Amino acid sequence: MRTLAGMTATVASGLDEVARSNAALRAFLHGLPGVDQVGADQRAAMLGTRSIKTTAKAWALDLAIRMVDLTTLEGADTPGKVRALCAKARRPDPEDPSCPPAAAVCVYPAMVGVAAEALDGSGVHLASVATAFPSGQAPLDVRLAETEAAVRDGADEIDMVISRGAFLAGRYLDVYSEIVAVKQACGDAHLKVILETGELATYDNVRRASWLAMIAGADFIKTSTGKVSPAATLPVTLVMLEAVRDFRAATGRQVGVKPAGGIRTAKDSIKYLVLVNETVGEDWLHPDWFRFGASSLLNDLLMQRTKMSTGRYSGPNYVTLD
Amino acid sequence: MPSDRLAVRKTYKLFIGGAFPRSESGRSYPVRSASGDFMANAALASRKDARDAVRAARSAFGKWSGATAYNRGQILYRVAEMLEGRRAQFVAEVTASGGDADEVDAAIDRWVWYAGWADKIAQVHGGANPVAGPFFNLSTPEPTGVVAVVAPPDSALLGLVSVIAPAIVTGNTVVVVAAEDRPLPAVTLAEVLATSDLPGGVVNVLTGRVAEIAPWLASHMDVDALDLAGVPDRQAATALEVAAADNLKRVLRPAETPVDWAAGPGVDRMLALMETKTVWHPKGV
Repeated sequence: MRTLAGMTATVASGLDEVARSNAALRAFLHGLPGVDQVGADQRAAMLGTRSIKTTAKAWALDLAIRMVDLTTLEGADTPGKVRALCAKARRPDPEDPSCPPAAAVCVYPAMVGVAAEALDGSGVHLASVATAFPSGQAPLDVRLAETEAAVRDGADEIDMVISRGAFLAGRYLDVYSEIVAVKQACGDAHLKVILETGELATYDNVRRASWLAMIAGADFIKTSTGKVSPAATLPVTLVMLEAVRDFRAATGRQVGVKPAGGIRTAKDSIKYLVLVNETVGEDWLHPDWFRFGASSLLNDLLMQRTKMSTGRYSGPNYVTLD
Repeated sequence: MPSDRLAVRKTYKLFIGGAFPRSESGRSYPVRSASGDFMANAALASRKDARDAVRAARSAFGKWSGATAYNRGQILYRVAEMLEGRRAQFVAEVTASGGDADEVDAAIDRWVWYAGWADKIAQVHGGANPVAGPFFNLSTPEPTGVVAVVAPPDSALLGLVSVIAPAIVTGNTVVVVAAEDRPLPAVTLAEVLATSDLPGGVVNVLTGRVAEIAPWLASHMDVDALDLAGVPDRQAATALEVAAADNLKRVLRPAETPVDWAAGPGVDRMLALMETKTVWHPKGV
């Protein structure tokens, strides 16, 4: 088996070389070292037991709020609901001016125009899922047109899904070309590539998909759509964090990570922050490099924050329903 | 006949959300009988156990308050049946903590008495109001919500039943802090509740120090009412009432004089934990 050092030398000698053919891409991805599944599970579980209290907890809660991509991806989304979500992203706790804003709002392409208006001048980013989210099962030109429309309407971040079918069938070059094409359609907008790890079956596949997305030009790699169970888990995020760490070591380019789906409590989010700090270090402890795709998480973060500032437990009656 | 069989000792744990966890803090404290002998170790609940209990009580409230009064009554009768079945065990525990067998009988009868009120309280204390207009005007008492209760310290089972039953029979859910020095009957009562079709989270039992847990329950913004039956100290009760003021909790103050729990309870405790809803409905032609 080839070593990681060998692989990174390959990448450093030219990303284009790796992607010149499906055979070359396959040789590269399958040459990546395998993931020790038991080891990854165990390490993630061990890091999840860290106790974060008092000032460190207050800092972590604020950072987590700044990292939230406040998401609504429902068939029942209305302009009114999206505007309410944008107001919440701008000022999550209306009673406390010291509460930081969320990182971004994440909506369907049809809602981008409404959200862009509501977020204008706030500094909160606007992400749109695109490319036939959540399945990705649409013709490429349709997916590209959807991406262009979202960017044109004001999205500055695009969350695309990969074709899991093509990936699992071993047609890596197809997946690669699609990501490259979407990246081109994005223009200046940041591209987040959703791997949908719940459908990739193994950690080895997660590592391969992470590398594939990064080689193709992803600015962020994201775990899940939130429509498939299991969504984000700590060990899967660990594998992806190791991939971005190794990728930066090999190429010098830093890529962000976004776990999404299933993260509902402040305690969970702090476990992820510990994982980031212990795996890739402080460089990634910033909303530019690490995000949470979530909606109900923000409420729990706010309740915990209120508990820390007032000294009494808060309740769900004191945060918005969304 | 002497036996060399090893005794299987019972672990007394908390009762939260229908489960029996140990304290999150990992702590416990020794419980002694009235004569000073060691009886068992009980879990020493922390503020986080109190928080978990409130969360469980809140999530149980919708289903329990939405159940028909008839159904709630049936479940309470069922609890009384199960109490009867465990009578010997309760007598042993209550006797060891300074009570007597009569207290157990009284507690079971008290439970049956409250069970009967489930589908009657709204009839007796709600009704039609005469108004000067073409309206039906109807008032009906409804449950307040999540009730935090400090159980009486002097009556381990009868006192406990006398504060839990009136709260839940009308549809409230309860977090109760058991008598600090006599917590064992409360844990055994929890085992009865867990096997009586009572949905998990309707009653949550914490054992431990009242002075440590009660302030967190009193200030908790998701608790709707506070019953201070078990806080005889006037100063402590006032401090808890002040902490409870932030979200306008209903507060039941402790009685001025020691309560005789064996006496007939009346409906006051039920009504104190209900809110009256009045609806105006236009009359037809």
